[in-house]
Amino acid sequence: MSAAAEDTVTEAPAVEAVPKRAMTLGTGTSLVILAALLVTPVFVKNFVVFQMTMVMIYGIAVLALNILTGGSGQFSLGQSAFYALGAYTSAVLMENFNVNYALTLPIAGLVSFGAGYLFGKPALRLSGIYLALATFALAVAMPQLLKLHFLEQWTGGVQGLTVMKPDAPFGLPIGQDKWLYYFTLVIALAIYIGSVNLLRSRSGRAFMSIRDNEIAASAMGVDVAQYKTLAFGVSAAITGIAGGLSAIVVAFVAPDSYTINLAIALFLGMVVGGVGWLPGSFVGAAFIIFVPNIAESISKGLSGAVFGVLLFLVIFLVPHGARQVAIVAQQMLGNLRKN
Amino acid sequence: MLATLRTAAISAAVGAFLCTSGAAFAQKKYDTGATDTEIKIGHIVPYSGPASAYGVIGKTEEAYFRMINENGGINGRKIKFISYDDAYSPPKAVEQVRRLVESDEALLVFNALGTPSNTAIQKYLNAKKVPQLFVATGATKWNDPKHFPWTIGWQPSYQSEGRIYAKFLLKEKPDAKVAVLYQNDDFGKDYLKGLKDGLEGKASMIIAEASYEVSEPTIDSHVVKLKASGANVLISITTPKFAAQTIKKAAEIDWKALQIVANVSASVGSVLKPAGFENAQGLLSAAYAKDASDPQWQSDPGMQKFFAFLDKYYPEGDRLNSSVVYGYGAAQTLAKILEMCGDDLTRANIMKQAANLKDFTPDTLLPGVKINTSATDFAPIEQLQMMRFSGEKWDLFGEVINGELSH
Repeated sequence: MSAAAEDTVTEAPAVEAVPKRAMTLGTGTSLVILAALLVTPVFVKNFVVFQMTMVMIYGIAVLALNILTGGSGQFSLGQSAFYALGAYTSAVLMENFNVNYALTLPIAGLVSFGAGYLFGKPALRLSGIYLALATFALAVAMPQLLKLHFLEQWTGGVQGLTVMKPDAPFGLPIGQDKWLYYFTLVIALAIYIGSVNLLRSRSGRAFMSIRDNEIAASAMGVDVAQYKTLAFGVSAAITGIAGGLSAIVVAFVAPDSYTINLAIALFLGMVVGGVGWLPGSFVGAAFIIFVPNIAESISKGLSGAVFGVLLFLVIFLVPHGARQVAIVAQQMLGNLRKN
Repeated sequence: MLATLRTAAISAAVGAFLCTSGAAFAQKKYDTGATDTEIKIGHIVPYSGPASAYGVIGKTEEAYFRMINENGGINGRKIKFISYDDAYSPPKAVEQVRRLVESDEALLVFNALGTPSNTAIQKYLNAKKVPQLFVATGATKWNDPKHFPWTIGWQPSYQSEGRIYAKFLLKEKPDAKVAVLYQNDDFGKDYLKGLKDGLEGKASMIIAEASYEVSEPTIDSHVVKLKASGANVLISITTPKFAAQTIKKAAEIDWKALQIVANVSASVGSVLKPAGFENAQGLLSAAYAKDASDPQWQSDPGMQKFFAFLDKYYPEGDRLNSSVVYGYGAAQTLAKILEMCGDDLTRANIMKQAANLKDFTPDTLLPGVKINTSATDFAPIEQLQMMRFSGEKWDLFGEVINGELSH
């Protein structure tokens, strides 16, 4: 079972053009899921709508990491820093400069892109675990930087910033939660489609050739340094947009929201969803939101340990995460059709 | 004739019964989360993450409500205490509180811990008109009934405590030259503000200030610098680890200043013992709750109730942990409010009763410290008593002082 899955994993980059199937779901499946996402909010409580919105936001952030790690093969434990940067950019613009919330998102993306691109430059000299460590430093430093004294008049220091939650525009008769859900859905969809196309483009193939073999890639004329920093920049930009969305939806930013725990959670979401498989990002996001709650309901005092056991089971039983489950399901479905 | 009389009597009785029960029905009022048999209390606290040490507060409160339920509940209603983990993360706090309000349909949110988490949920709860009762943080901003009529604090604010030290200095040492060491965050700044407000026109008594970041490994250099200013009073607005370092360093460099340490760092076990009892002699601080490790309270009736509760309902709880004492006092205050609400368990009435506490004294508060609230005063505990460290324990002295500005 896992051998078959592994074959598919290693096979995919070896063929000439990346088959769409290896990165996305089939058209039919995608449409069914999209329809479900569109309809569900009508039938569930606002709280569930809020949770689904958070899954999409974390999903976008995991997807960004997936482009970096699954695409260009670079590790990052510092995604929480870019997420925080995006969140604070949105929050500060909204609260201190009265910018419309939707307009803050592209700015958050740009600021994060700049930060990611600049960080990618020195990170070029590092690879593997050393790069992971360097990004880890970024994640650890971020909450403290946000508390800095001279930034306090904008960031609110330790206290954080409370953000006004936007109402639905044009007098649409839906509540704030539902409006933000659809708002997030549209952005998530745009980013998802954009990312799939990016990975299937010339740049995406360059990312993946770097991942598979850096020397071979440069021999083929890929500008390794350029594409590596670009991957960092793009990943940071998308993470920043996710951060900005989270600031709008949660309506509060504080340095303590963006600790190293967040970076590790995003990394975990990527592994659980399946490295390099974009739809898995959202499954991974659901995992990091719901599984801690499940663990807590099993045992309050040992919630961390229960979470660990559940995570261990996932890694042990389905080492390729949601991607593996999807492939097995697809094969079973195919067999059923033949019979 | 007899038959008609009997019918008349019966109908009169039935009528009377209907009337009284009708009146009783009219008095019973409920919002979501309360019924004839149950009251749902929502609660969040970090059971995991960086502040998980405070998780014992949640466990103590859970045990307290278990005790209440075993003794028949409050006005015949059992308490359903729903407690979730927010891991000290504001986004998680928002998620969990929304789950409490919208999915579990709790009547109120009780004793959420931490300034960031409470700030994150304050707007939401006030918009939904759900009581955010007795928040577990010492920030001063919770006492703002005008803007946030659904949020109320519990413990003395850091500013109140700062003002109490100022009052003490003005009275006992008016010629003091004060040096202040404070943590550079909301906690430290709130304190410093209280101190300066309390000194009123004489803020010039403070001749030196130094702040440190929580990330600094040691604060020795700050202590040395402050000594060089020639101050004879050191006010140490520090968290436990740094408080112990300050006490030790001051002794090492032979700085004989009168030292005042913030209440959060007055723990004998986690601060004064590591700093060395010989270095801590004569240290001053202030308290509002009884110290369970202090022998003078062993025979105190309130504390005996507390110990009996621990023995029966929470035997694994560490009685030397001040968080256990804290959880007990907060839970007792909530139980009192729910009792006062009677059969009118609407959210509005809960806030009304929470703002209507008169001289209420939970078992674990110092004698003389009383909880008073009003429609314009959302700061339940505002009194503290000064104490001096001698031997291996704190000695209370002087009278209970109020930290309000107007007093």
